[in-house]
Amino acid sequence: MESLEQIRDRLRAYFPAAQVLIVTNPGVAAEHSLLVDAAHGRDIALFLRDDSALALDYCSNATGVDWPDKEITDSVKTAVPDPAGGAPKIIEQKTTRLQPGCLEAVYHLYSMKLRHGPVILRLRTANRSDQTTLPSLTPIWRSCDFQEREIYDLYGIIFEGHPDLRRLLMWEGFKDHPMRKDYVDPDDYEWEPTAHAQVLERAKAHFPAAPKPEVPKP
Amino acid sequence: MIGNGSAPAPFASFPGPTVRSVNDPFHGDLLEVSMGPQHPSTHGVFRMVVTLDGELIIKLKPVFGYLHRNHEKIAENTTYLGSMPYTDRLDYLCSMSTNWAYALAVEKLAGQAVPERAQYVRVILAEMTRLVNHSCLVGFLFNDLGTSFTPLLYAFREREKFLDLFEALSGSRMMCNYQRFGGCRVDPSSEWLEAARQIVENYPRFLDEYETMLTGNEIMLARTQGIGRLGLAQAINAGITGPVLRASGGSYDVRKVDGYGFYPRFDFRVPLGEHGDTYDRYMLRILEMRESVKILQQAFRDIPAGPIMDPKAKLRGFRPKAGEAYGRIEGPKGELGFYLISDGSPNPYRYRVRPPTLINLTLLEEMCLGHTIADAVVILGSIDIVLGEVDR
Repeated sequence: MESLEQIRDRLRAYFPAAQVLIVTNPGVAAEHSLLVDAAHGRDIALFLRDDSALALDYCSNATGVDWPDKEITDSVKTAVPDPAGGAPKIIEQKTTRLQPGCLEAVYHLYSMKLRHGPVILRLRTANRSDQTTLPSLTPIWRSCDFQEREIYDLYGIIFEGHPDLRRLLMWEGFKDHPMRKDYVDPDDYEWEPTAHAQVLERAKAHFPAAPKPEVPKP
Repeated sequence: MIGNGSAPAPFASFPGPTVRSVNDPFHGDLLEVSMGPQHPSTHGVFRMVVTLDGELIIKLKPVFGYLHRNHEKIAENTTYLGSMPYTDRLDYLCSMSTNWAYALAVEKLAGQAVPERAQYVRVILAEMTRLVNHSCLVGFLFNDLGTSFTPLLYAFREREKFLDLFEALSGSRMMCNYQRFGGCRVDPSSEWLEAARQIVENYPRFLDEYETMLTGNEIMLARTQGIGRLGLAQAINAGITGPVLRASGGSYDVRKVDGYGFYPRFDFRVPLGEHGDTYDRYMLRILEMRESVKILQQAFRDIPAGPIMDPKAKLRGFRPKAGEAYGRIEGPKGELGFYLISDGSPNPYRYRVRPPTLINLTLLEEMCLGHTIADAVVILGSIDIVLGEVDR
């Protein structure tokens, strides 16, 4: 299989408007991945599948990753000359900036025909709150069908063009996305309003609370 | 109506059944049946919403999540080693090979070497798991066919022998928790290996007996040939793996393609089906069991002495470098993968299980369309699902 750099260069030549970046994996496995902008995601995926040299006909794994907003502290060290003639004093200035978070969909692509892989494809949403739409790759690899539903369910990425985007594992009507890093699970999943509270309220009319005993002042 | 003095309306004045168009989803001939989640043929808590025209299936929607406990979230909140016992509960029939898949992914993430003896032990246990899984699956398939419970009991008789071996080695019959990052937990004694070798030596005799009973069985042939056919191109696109893909003729076995563990050292063949129907899926498993026996015989012959754990392996304070890895094995049910992202902390930042059985169900509807409910039960049985892994 050609190297990831070659694939990136070919993609850039084929889709001049698309942004294709290589995300390096610093770990031992060193499986680097291709980060593709969402607008061209589906065209690029189609190219990867149908290109004769790559023929990535098998999407093994599709999954989501949550990257919350992160505060990054930059420190700048400046040397201030000492007017008294001593050694220059080093002042450290710390600035914090907010790195916006995103939701990420990761696809592990293999070729059954040519028996190579994986090529890892990543798509990122603009943010984690209101712009969480990505193109669905289910029309290209049917194996993403349930997996994208699962990502939608657990992470909240909305896959545009998915034929049947419903929750997969959580029940219908569940509000949150439990795999997000900032998810707080409820104390009691099975709590539901009952008439009991209203009955107690009505009972108060019949049995008014006893007046508070006056505490004698010392 | 009662009590207001008027005479009861005559039967003829009742509005008759309204005639609806055939395209109406609630046409009088169509019946929507919810099969499951508590149904013996679904092998767990799995539900199919089936629309029937008479007895023929015209629509089928699987419904998941009844066994969902967010395994991935639990694993992200515990250490790497802490989720090893949880992986037993994914595919609770094949905990040994599920353990291996997880250990393989973590070893890939951390760059951990595995000693030779441990690799052989892993191959032995994974292939034994395959024997157990496939023989029980065939038993369950016959149970689904309605023939009788007998084949399943034959399979369970053999399974007990392997479960005794697992228990002797790991202390538990099904929830083995045996693999570690960089080796295995316990070194099998020479007596254990000898006992295991003898059980495997006798296994082909059981397979012959099993096949005499089942392969030419008339009910079997009538009920499975040409049922639930799956085309190869469709199967590849839908990410179908394992015996279901190979029954459709797709020559893809991760043992051969990735050559993980020491599989390249073993001489075995990958059987392929031709028609992709239920019968091929049954036959393929029988053939795979015979290949597994071959692998096991070679493993017992060649297993070297030596350490079972890599001396450099870290059990406590295990923190892989930041990075990510995707490790996959050929599980008995298909390609089982683990995707891990590490941020350098003791817990995985992202832990993902690629469940083969969930993805193999993608084409369940296509396989069942036009068949009867009774066939759908058999088709589902031949896909081989375990809900612990489907719902995670």
